[in-house]
Amino acid sequence: MQKKEIIKTVQDVFIDVLEDDDIVLNYNTAADDVKDWDSLNNILLIVEIEKKFKLKFKLEEIYSFKNVGEMCDYIFNKVN
Amino acid sequence: MNFKELRNNLTKDYSGFKSIKIAILGDSATQLLIQAIKGYGYTEKINCEIYEADYRQIEQEIVNLDSELYKFNPEYVVIFESTEKLINDFYKLDKINQKKYADTHIERIKSLWDRINSKLNCKIINFNCVEINDNVFGNYGNKVETASIYQIRKLNLNLMEAAREYKNIFINDVCTLQNMHGRKNTFDQRLYISSNMVINLDFLPLVAKNIIDIIKAASGKINKCLILDLDNTVWGGIIGDDGINNIQIGELGIGKIFSELQMWAKQLKERGIILAICSKNSEIIAKEPFIDHPDMILHLDDISAFVANWENKIDNVKYIQSILNIGFDSMVFVDDSLFERNMVKKMLPEVTVPELPEDPVDYVPYLRSLNLFETVSYSDEDSNRTKKYQYEAKRAKFKTNFSSVDEYLKSLNMIAEVAEFGDYHIPRIAQLTQRSNQFNLRTKRYTEEDIKKIIESNQYVTRYFKLKDKFGEYGLISIVILKKIDSDSVFIDTLIVSCRVLKRGMEEFIFNKIVKLIANGGYNKIIGEYLPTPKNALVKDILKGFGFTKGEDKWILDVKDYKERKNFIKEK
Repeated sequence: MQKKEIIKTVQDVFIDVLEDDDIVLNYNTAADDVKDWDSLNNILLIVEIEKKFKLKFKLEEIYSFKNVGEMCDYIFNKVN
Repeated sequence: MNFKELRNNLTKDYSGFKSIKIAILGDSATQLLIQAIKGYGYTEKINCEIYEADYRQIEQEIVNLDSELYKFNPEYVVIFESTEKLINDFYKLDKINQKKYADTHIERIKSLWDRINSKLNCKIINFNCVEINDNVFGNYGNKVETASIYQIRKLNLNLMEAAREYKNIFINDVCTLQNMHGRKNTFDQRLYISSNMVINLDFLPLVAKNIIDIIKAASGKINKCLILDLDNTVWGGIIGDDGINNIQIGELGIGKIFSELQMWAKQLKERGIILAICSKNSEIIAKEPFIDHPDMILHLDDISAFVANWENKIDNVKYIQSILNIGFDSMVFVDDSLFERNMVKKMLPEVTVPELPEDPVDYVPYLRSLNLFETVSYSDEDSNRTKKYQYEAKRAKFKTNFSSVDEYLKSLNMIAEVAEFGDYHIPRIAQLTQRSNQFNLRTKRYTEEDIKKIIESNQYVTRYFKLKDKFGEYGLISIVILKKIDSDSVFIDTLIVSCRVLKRGMEEFIFNKIVKLIANGGYNKIIGEYLPTPKNALVKDILKGFGFTKGEDKWILDVKDYKERKNFIKEK
């Protein structure tokens, strides 16, 4: 799976969970850049992303992601 | 229903739904649970207004009578103590206190219930504990008082016993829910560590449903009747083709599947759920197994309405409804045929129609999992219900032999018993207020606790009515609660008559009795009010019919003007 596909899939999850069609993610997008991306919604996002890619994040990893890019890189390494 | 769908419901239109105020007090993160409850409420047409107490403020909110909890004045208080937190508390105790943990803790919980009850007139829904064995003692922990599993299990038992003492306490049995779905599917350690959530996203809708199930039952929405198909539902095979010796029940083939279903239905009947049969068969053939098959668990006297013919099932369900005189929304229709299910769903949308699994082997586990027969009361009278409805069927046949209604009513030899509410009848009286929808003037729902308060107060005049006739007992079928307003007048707070006894002169008997009672008490006026609901149009004009005249907003009867109404009921 290409990194492009991964970020697109993650973006679709964000749009779906946060119910905002205008969300556009790039590698540098961080929590502060997206309206409603708070800790509560983060739980929902993570669970949905896990389902989409059929993987489980370690809690430590969830804490360590500074932005969308780091998460996508992690997913990229896991799925390939 | 998954959590995301429930969450999507939050933006939908709740206007026109019944509003219910719920306060939630938890020692874990409850924000998502609240979203789930609100979202699930949408599917049940309930608008839950929820007050969420601050995290881990259960005790403070309840003890402090000036807290937001009391200002909110909820109809339901939900108390959710998590096993995870309780175990952590337990770990901090010394051995002596660990041994006493479940007993000490239940006293604390009871004092919280008492505190709430001293200030609020509400129902309390208390979570029980999901059972987690930390395996400090392994299986042996079941014999060791200082093992957490020992104390948690004991606490669950204590909760059941304590709840029996309080009429307004209902246990939200999340322990059973977890047993059904498995801890692996209900809990995510990461959510617990990072956010103090002890219910994972997949489990949230199930917990929300359980809470709403209780609330629905408490507001009178309960299922009263189970309608069963026969072929491939109550037994395996087709009686008309296979014959009595080849249908599968008991040891034959996959018969155990159907024996299990029959056992479950029989237990429901024992509890007071009315059983009805609705089958496409000729009646004689359909009844044969009930009479002659040695492995049948259900017998004809378990069934209140037996309908087997070649008419369509819509008409037959309507017929069953007309005999039993209960709402379509209190009926559950179980049939293996997708065609029949779809037809009932489409034509009688109020009837609950479980989508049975494809493999009959899953029928019973599936039906059990749906929690179709939630209730908030149980009285001994419930278990006699089947008999009553059977008498009803006999009366219906008897009736056709008479030329005039009066002649028929006279021949019934009806005898009524009238008395003030007494402690013994509290469960049945509360239940009537919760279950009756049609002949119900103001549809006020009372718990047993409420009824007790009414009995103890000197502000009320109460009467219950029992009726029997030559065919058998109807039991306690009517209640009247009159509130004293001043020395001159009383107000009809509640007037309920069970629909089973309508058109027999009971209404007339009740009004005669009440008016006399009030007049003898030195009052001059009875004031009445009709509060319309979607279901009680039956009594829309009842006050007018009994000679009340419309005042500004209430109906008024001067007891001097009342004319005794004719009926054929004798008082015991």
